[in-house]
Amino acid sequence: MNVLLALDGSELSMRALDRTLERAREAGDDLTVAVYEGGESVDVDDVVATATDRLSEAGMEAEVHRLEGNVGSRLVELADDGFDELVMGGGTVSPMGKIRIGETIEFVLVNAQTTLTLVR
Amino acid sequence: MSPDDTASPDDFPTPPRSIVDGKGRDVDLREGDAADMESVVEMYTRFDPADRAQGIPPSKEPAIRDWLETITSGGSLTVVAEHEGDIVGHGMLVPDEDGGYELALFVLQDFQGAGIGTALLRTLLGLGEARDVERVWLSVERWNEAAITVYEKVGFERTGQASFEIEMDMELD
Repeated sequence: MNVLLALDGSELSMRALDRTLERAREAGDDLTVAVYEGGESVDVDDVVATATDRLSEAGMEAEVHRLEGNVGSRLVELADDGFDELVMGGGTVSPMGKIRIGETIEFVLVNAQTTLTLVR
Repeated sequence: MSPDDTASPDDFPTPPRSIVDGKGRDVDLREGDAADMESVVEMYTRFDPADRAQGIPPSKEPAIRDWLETITSGGSLTVVAEHEGDIVGHGMLVPDEDGGYELALFVLQDFQGAGIGTALLRTLLGLGEARDVERVWLSVERWNEAAITVYEKVGFERTGQASFEIEMDMELD
């Protein structure tokens, strides 16, 4: 399967990274990573560096894209360009423990033609 | 007629206080402390999943305990609503990383619709004010009109972009 993983550096997106790497290795999936700035104050460069490290630790090769501008629409565009599945973290977690879906996930959820997995 | 409807919107009472709810039940509103943990866990294990908000409270007891321990560990403020020895409502202000406090409150199903939530909310804001909390915010699912109406009535204003959830905040004096 051809899998696109979208990361914004949030806790749940990093869990999505771990899980997707594990599954991709077991299933022999092709993986592409797209990093974007999400709801939390996380440095995009750090997220790219972490993703690159984890990929090489897992012995996997994957392109790492950096998305800017209208991220939701860029993600949909990319996902619909031949991917079988799009994986994202399932939102951000507030100090109270509430899950917040946010604009980007909502846009992708409604607009992508690709199957979407939200990781918790 | 709920107990707090007649009060002026920017005059928040502090705990402890006693009210009679819209169904004639005596309810005490007081600051919560560590000794309430078991009673609060008990309340959440009886909580109807339909009233869950954005994933909280969790449904199973160990997860409820983990959640409560996490949010009450770092300088949070709580007010509980007690009726005949049982905790029937629980409101919290949990500090964020930017000097603000996130607010959430839950009222057991059998005690909803009788003004306890509004009284609990206003008392929690009174406690926050007394403890020098300056900014309080919350997020609420955008289809939860009953809650949004209550929050607007006590003075919260919508902020930011509406997504699945609406964010609201208010400044305390």
